[in-house]
Amino acid sequence: MSVETREFLLNMGPQHPSTHGVLRLILKLDDELVLEAEPVIGYLHRGVEKIAENRTYKQFIPHTDRMDYLSSMLNNWGYIRAVEKLAGIEVPERAEYIRVIVGELNRIASHLMSIGPTGLDAGAFTLFLYAFRERERILTILEKACGARMTYAYFRFGGVAQDLTSDFINACREFLKDFPQRVNEYEELFIENPIFKKRAKGVGILPKELALSCGASGPVLRGSGVSRDLRKTESYSVYSQFDFEIPVGESGDSWDRTWVRLEEMRQSTKIIEQALENLPEGPCFNPDVPRLLMPPPGEAYAAVESPRGEQGYFVVSDGSYKPYRVKVRSPAFSNLSLLPHLLPGHQLADVPIILGSLDPVFGEVDR
Amino acid sequence: MEEVKLLGKIKKKFRKGVEAQAKEDIIEVKVELPRLLELLAWLKSKNFNYFSFLTAVDRKTHFELFYHLVNIESGEKVLVRTEVEREDSTVPSVVSLWKGADWQERETYDLFGVTFEGNPSLKRILLPEDWEGFPLRKDYEDPDVVRRPEYF
Repeated sequence: MSVETREFLLNMGPQHPSTHGVLRLILKLDDELVLEAEPVIGYLHRGVEKIAENRTYKQFIPHTDRMDYLSSMLNNWGYIRAVEKLAGIEVPERAEYIRVIVGELNRIASHLMSIGPTGLDAGAFTLFLYAFRERERILTILEKACGARMTYAYFRFGGVAQDLTSDFINACREFLKDFPQRVNEYEELFIENPIFKKRAKGVGILPKELALSCGASGPVLRGSGVSRDLRKTESYSVYSQFDFEIPVGESGDSWDRTWVRLEEMRQSTKIIEQALENLPEGPCFNPDVPRLLMPPPGEAYAAVESPRGEQGYFVVSDGSYKPYRVKVRSPAFSNLSLLPHLLPGHQLADVPIILGSLDPVFGEVDR
Repeated sequence: MEEVKLLGKIKKKFRKGVEAQAKEDIIEVKVELPRLLELLAWLKSKNFNYFSFLTAVDRKTHFELFYHLVNIESGEKVLVRTEVEREDSTVPSVVSLWKGADWQERETYDLFGVTFEGNPSLKRILLPEDWEGFPLRKDYEDPDVVRRPEYF
């Protein structure tokens, strides 16, 4: 009797505990070695770009929340920036500071939701619970600013919906007092943990050229040693007034990408501290913005640095009260397009680690 | 300063069929379809290695395609725009230049029905494979939308 080996296809997802959402992976396997991988996406496609064409400019703001639902504030911001650029709207300085504060808080919450489940994929259940504990505190703080915990719709053209209360500022200060200590804990517990290092170091190495040609951004790109952060390179809003660094990885493996996220939480804490310290007085919105906005015909592209990368909006106006076209440049979509190049050559057990380190959010991938 | 240099270079290299102008923070290059691939390949050779996104806009008489490219080292950005016919919308693929263009082209094909010649896996990406029509076209009618009946 002869022994025969054959390649076979494995269907991973769309409902799978470690795919971070509804992703289906068609894997061609030789025993446990991945030979080819084909991601199938679109399970959460709601046609957001078509919806935009049937709403007024303002009515589309809540729809942006529901794309990257882990960092809704920064999604709002990307869209608002594009329309502000198109219509030439000025923003008061206090509003910009408020945007930075809530944006960075949201970034920390989103990174916690990236590192926690990555830990879960690697078998570290404790970190998952800790990350949720910390995230809950941030959501409570953001609730004080706008009344919602996940889908904020807090940004408006020319400012924000309402001013920060002293309650918000006190809670924020309280949070900042012990959060750096928590980050140190996570580093010891998880990032520097020898088990996680063995699972993630040298796994899913992303070469710089591939990352660039696929339009990867955010921690995925910075993990591969490219120091590109729109907060520095474009220095939009008031980011040029803050002192912070951009953590950059060396080898571009899964560990580096996770480490970059952890470091970014420290930098975000620094930014929020400075912003609270220097928060200027004044109005928190521009009173000259009309209720029904009708930008002049033309196109505008603006992007912000979301936790996943370059969150851009390309808005085309025909002069009416509805956008003619809105294109969402989704960072998670571009980052996910790396998967067919990253997975081949790895063991099946490494697939969730690599996927987790790309940190996709499927509301945004599928739109 | 860098941007002015690049603008001059584009104008010098491509005289016919290419219009370039500097906007606020980006250089906009309008190119006729036959010279699109030539221009994009030239930009790639000038270190525009970051393929940010590709999209289309339905202008009712034609489609307008937008390519957004970034030079990571210098920070320069270019928006290449070109017009395609609506009925016979075939565009050369740029997957050979930027690997990441693959998914972007598939998305544009999926939602607009623009065909990218040379893309190895041109099929629907966001919508189901058996979907009919291209939803982001302005004349698309959703079969599931129930119109109010006219009673009188």
